[in-house]
Amino acid sequence: MTTLAEYAGSRELLGNLTQRELRGKYKRSALGWAWSLINPLALAAMFTFVFGVVFQSKLTAAGNSDLHGIAAFPLYLLCGLLPWNFVSNGINGSIGALVGNANLVKKVYFPREILIGANVLSWAVSLLIEMAVLGIALLAVGNMWLKFLPLVLITIVFLTLFVTGVGMLLAILNVYFRDVQHFVGIFLQLWFYATPIIYPITLLSGHDWSLGPVHLLTLFKLNPMTDFVEVFHQMLFRLTWPDWTEFSYAIVSSVVVFAFGLFVFKKLEPRLAEEL
Amino acid sequence: MTAVLGAVAVHRGDADIAVHVENVSKKFRLYKERNQSLKAAMMRGGRAKYDEFWALKDVSFDIPTGGTFGLIGQNGSGKSTLLKCMAKILRPDTGTISVNGKISALLELGAGFHQELSGRENVYLNGSILGLSRKQIDAKFDEIVDFAGLGEFIDTPVKNYSSGMYVRLGFSVAINVDPDVLLVDEVLAVGDESFQRKCDEKFSDMREAGKTIVVVSHSLATVRTMCDQAAWLEHGVVKDIGNPGMLIEKYVEDTHTERVSTEGGGSRWGAGNARVEQVEALDADGRPTLRLHLGAPATFRFHYVTDEPIRKPVLGFGLHRIDGAHATGVNSRETIVPDQIDGKGYVDFAIDKLPLVPGSYDVTVALVDESNLHTYDYRTKALRFDVGAGRPRDVEGVFAIDGTWSFG
Repeated sequence: MTTLAEYAGSRELLGNLTQRELRGKYKRSALGWAWSLINPLALAAMFTFVFGVVFQSKLTAAGNSDLHGIAAFPLYLLCGLLPWNFVSNGINGSIGALVGNANLVKKVYFPREILIGANVLSWAVSLLIEMAVLGIALLAVGNMWLKFLPLVLITIVFLTLFVTGVGMLLAILNVYFRDVQHFVGIFLQLWFYATPIIYPITLLSGHDWSLGPVHLLTLFKLNPMTDFVEVFHQMLFRLTWPDWTEFSYAIVSSVVVFAFGLFVFKKLEPRLAEEL
Repeated sequence: MTAVLGAVAVHRGDADIAVHVENVSKKFRLYKERNQSLKAAMMRGGRAKYDEFWALKDVSFDIPTGGTFGLIGQNGSGKSTLLKCMAKILRPDTGTISVNGKISALLELGAGFHQELSGRENVYLNGSILGLSRKQIDAKFDEIVDFAGLGEFIDTPVKNYSSGMYVRLGFSVAINVDPDVLLVDEVLAVGDESFQRKCDEKFSDMREAGKTIVVVSHSLATVRTMCDQAAWLEHGVVKDIGNPGMLIEKYVEDTHTERVSTEGGGSRWGAGNARVEQVEALDADGRPTLRLHLGAPATFRFHYVTDEPIRKPVLGFGLHRIDGAHATGVNSRETIVPDQIDGKGYVDFAIDKLPLVPGSYDVTVALVDESNLHTYDYRTKALRFDVGAGRPRDVEGVFAIDGTWSFG
């Protein structure tokens, strides 16, 4: 078993591996770190065009009286899109983290979950930078969200926990069944549209969609990402304190998912080196 | 078994035991059809078919603190598995391994190097993978770079390193972890000769400092010269433990077991009107054998058959080590050339003291005429035989050269 002492000794390793991920990510690209910003901006521009211009999405439903019209849409989008990108990149990266470091796993001992942690942390660093830029943009257009800063950071911490949990689960399963990586590609797309990122959740409440006895809105509410994204929307865009039910659901589900991910990881870890 | 095995119960947990291995078994799954796709898993009801293979079976022994301990055994004997279990890379299915102090494994040099990062960055990264803190690496950084002999290349990305530089840096980081127990798997032969010497020095420094080195090697010469003690594994079981010299002698005796005479496998050509039908190796008592001994008398007997009288025949034979190295080739031309042979008979080549280093050899035989223009029969790999240990005991290379030592 991994002992606590080992974890303490591995903190530095976690830091170094995170640095390795970060440095390796944009090495030898001329724009380097700017890519971290360009990607979400390009996505936001595309979605703004498609949904804001072509489909004329009604953003009044998003509920900020101070921000109107076309300028508000990309900002609204980014409040959900940046956390989502973190989730998506973190999960995809985690899946590759064990298989991609097979050589290391087979030759050196260290607590293996550190590889997942380092991957997720490196994406979390990207998220923080992106969020900082978004935050400045929001302030520039007059959205004074700064009093929520501590809570935003706390939410990011739990989101990181959530991603690490999902990452550990999928990464270790992928060692045994390589289908996982392909399945996840599809699943992430579905998950993206099942989360109110490009549309406000209020859009759903006006309808009476249901799958048999289950109301579709209930299904959406079960998705922890709905709550995470909503909490970000509320604090950054609508400038209200988060809905505490949603906030607690996000926190509790991230702890549960992390615990479950770690449990499965530890369960399957002993034969990791020989299965890779 | 030796005293070391008996000492397990007594010295358990004592400081004079570096690694305590107790009842360790390790099972591998040999998949018939790998379940790496979900579809396959579902169709088989979630269970992949596999055979179990016990790489280690109830292995128990102690490695004493200080000095060098060797693990020998044939491929698949479980020695590398055991080393990986000690390094915690593999987890035994049963039993425990306890290590006294910090352990470091030299299984692959430069594992975990990031190609795009510079040597400097990789030293810190690799160091922390091996369990060093930033401060510790700071303190040792110059020594590490110096030892690897990299100089100004330390700030170049490691992907631009030569393979020698790469392993030297990997080795340098790993050895500077300052472990109490160092596990080494067949990686001693890195770098050029001067680097080899530095490594040897480092190993002896470690020994002097009372550290323990555990070596897995196929090179019996390495084990003999480096180790104070060795364990011999066979099919996952400890066969014997003890003084490396004695152990290796037993090992060589035992592993070159009874060989079934190999017919075919070689090539054959020639006129065919006279043939070497069989080659035999005879021991000191003149009995046919496939196992000769270094320093003991031996005879090669070549049975021939001719369809018609053959004038002035010459018999030649060569010995190749099974890795292909040509050990020797001799013929009867200068010694004795009969006027003619006819029908069945044999030719003997008697050796007083077989000078071949223990190993396996193939016999190539040729029956030609005196002018060497006419080849009646030429057979490669006509016989494969083993040479077992004898006197001198400690030899290397192909031949044990005979001579007399004296100090002036």
